[in-house]
Amino acid sequence: MTATLEPTDLQRNAAAGGPTRLRRTPSRRSRNNMTAYLFLAPGFALFLALIIYPMIKAFQMSFYDWNDVAGATSKFTGFTNYRTAFHDPVFWRALINSGVYMLFTVPPQIVLGLGVATLLNNKAPGRTLFRVLFYLPVVTSWVVVSLLFRYLFADSGLVNWALHDVAHATNHNISWLSGRWTGLTAISALGIWKGVGWSMMIFLAALQGVPKELLESAEVDGAGRWQRFRAVTLPAIWPAAAFVTVMLVIGGFNVFISVALMTNGGPADSTQVLLTYMYEQAFTNLNFGYGASIAVLLTVGVFLLSAVQLRVFRTDAEEL
Amino acid sequence: MTLVTARARSGRRGPTTRRRPSRSGLRYLVLTVGSAIMVAPFLYMLSTSLKSQTYVLTIPPQFIPHPATTANYTEAWTTNDLSRYFVNSLVVAVLTTALSLLLSSMMAYAFARFAFPGRELLFKVLLLGLMIPAMMLIIPQFILAKYLGLIDSMAGLVVFYVGASLSLNTFLLRGFFQAIPVELEQAMQIDGAGAWSRYWRLVLPLAKPALATATIFTFLGSWDEFAWALTIINTPSNRTLPLAIALFQGQNSTLWGLVFAASIIAIVPVIVVFLLFQRYFVQGLTSGAVKG
Repeated sequence: MTATLEPTDLQRNAAAGGPTRLRRTPSRRSRNNMTAYLFLAPGFALFLALIIYPMIKAFQMSFYDWNDVAGATSKFTGFTNYRTAFHDPVFWRALINSGVYMLFTVPPQIVLGLGVATLLNNKAPGRTLFRVLFYLPVVTSWVVVSLLFRYLFADSGLVNWALHDVAHATNHNISWLSGRWTGLTAISALGIWKGVGWSMMIFLAALQGVPKELLESAEVDGAGRWQRFRAVTLPAIWPAAAFVTVMLVIGGFNVFISVALMTNGGPADSTQVLLTYMYEQAFTNLNFGYGASIAVLLTVGVFLLSAVQLRVFRTDAEEL
Repeated sequence: MTLVTARARSGRRGPTTRRRPSRSGLRYLVLTVGSAIMVAPFLYMLSTSLKSQTYVLTIPPQFIPHPATTANYTEAWTTNDLSRYFVNSLVVAVLTTALSLLLSSMMAYAFARFAFPGRELLFKVLLLGLMIPAMMLIIPQFILAKYLGLIDSMAGLVVFYVGASLSLNTFLLRGFFQAIPVELEQAMQIDGAGAWSRYWRLVLPLAKPALATATIFTFLGSWDEFAWALTIINTPSNRTLPLAIALFQGQNSTLWGLVFAASIIAIVPVIVVFLLFQRYFVQGLTSGAVKG
């Protein structure tokens, strides 16, 4: 690789503000392409094998009664796995539970995250400390915090003690993790607690981009705090809000570890969410085809939901 | 009362109005209560890890362990083989990070600096990896790992962790590489340096901040990963920390002191890394948010 570059190319590139790649004369182009492909090959091959192939494979498996035992053959069964899902009450309950978890956790994370970010969006002392403290749960492993919350929500745990003995809000200890709604509440509490720091961080970054002069002139014009937020801040952070919402909804439907470790979908499948149910079907019941069909349904559903959200955010952005 | 007047004033007066102490007092109160809620569970976990079994679920709860004991830590570390799982996690995370950074920085270099046919398409295909959550692929990946003989081995963890991290790291590094002035490379090229040496000796050293961000996210991702390890690891000696701690809890469902001593051992390195390299966390997050 001894190709040199003409200064004119360089200037043209800089002037156009185009991509900062090295331009080359046509005679050397094929050799450069070769170099590029060599740089790409190892990583991209691995990516194709480990991510893209399984994507296609999941789709294929969902149409089979997949048999993983050596020697046995898998049978093509068409839409049977999908039909099974539509007639499976546990699948529907898992879908509803995933949706409930999403609804319980996404709005609080957005509101609290934005609220904390707004409070931290100044140069006041202690800003870094607070940021670190709010972000601490985000960096901690899901396994650890799930066990921690299981302990806090235990029958004679801290939450019951606080509600019963301190606040006298309940007249008996609640068995949080042995009921559907109480279980989902505890799991959602963990989801919110662990996630607030993340949305806070994104909103903090977005708030840096709010035009200060505009805020100040709005203040001079007598706009109140809410009016300034509505007219200046909100439009500026709208893309970040869209990003946070879409990511949190995806994350909400992907809840797995906390449910697996806090209730394991029980008792009697009452707190099952889509991924714990998928996992159980595949790796406990060895129903790989059915598990794959649940994964495909979830992927397609979440994808459509994200597309709808992005569209809504875009039309709303035009109105702002 | 003071609050109301402070609000009224800051609303009416010009932008130079200083906030009244009462408002910033309220701000600090809210932030303090909020961060107490964030931190208290960790402190309670620490406290429980220092209690003997008799005191872990008492009413009223014991906040300051009395008598305090470090027995849980010694027991977890030695009798329960946590030292081994710690080393397993470390080996897996280091190998994953090194391999992932090498492969994704090479891809990022190709995407950032060469105009080859199919570039846009390949990049879009790579971005698919950002959109598909890891759990969606776990069933076919298990079948694949079984076929490749990677079940129940740490190699099986590393290979699939690398695969899962490629999209994000390539995306992150490509953005950074594009921002490096191309003139530097042109100068090297005039001196006869080939593509590999430009990548290795110029671009990589200049991209240290982005590499640091990618390192932290990849390392922590594999350090904390649970579902895949749960799926492919059977032999106890191959367990990583999250798996060991989760199964620990299954075996001894009431030994909370032991579980939390192990948890503390697992999260202390993470918290130290986070405190030392905070700004890279912020950079990583915002590059995902602003550009993504």
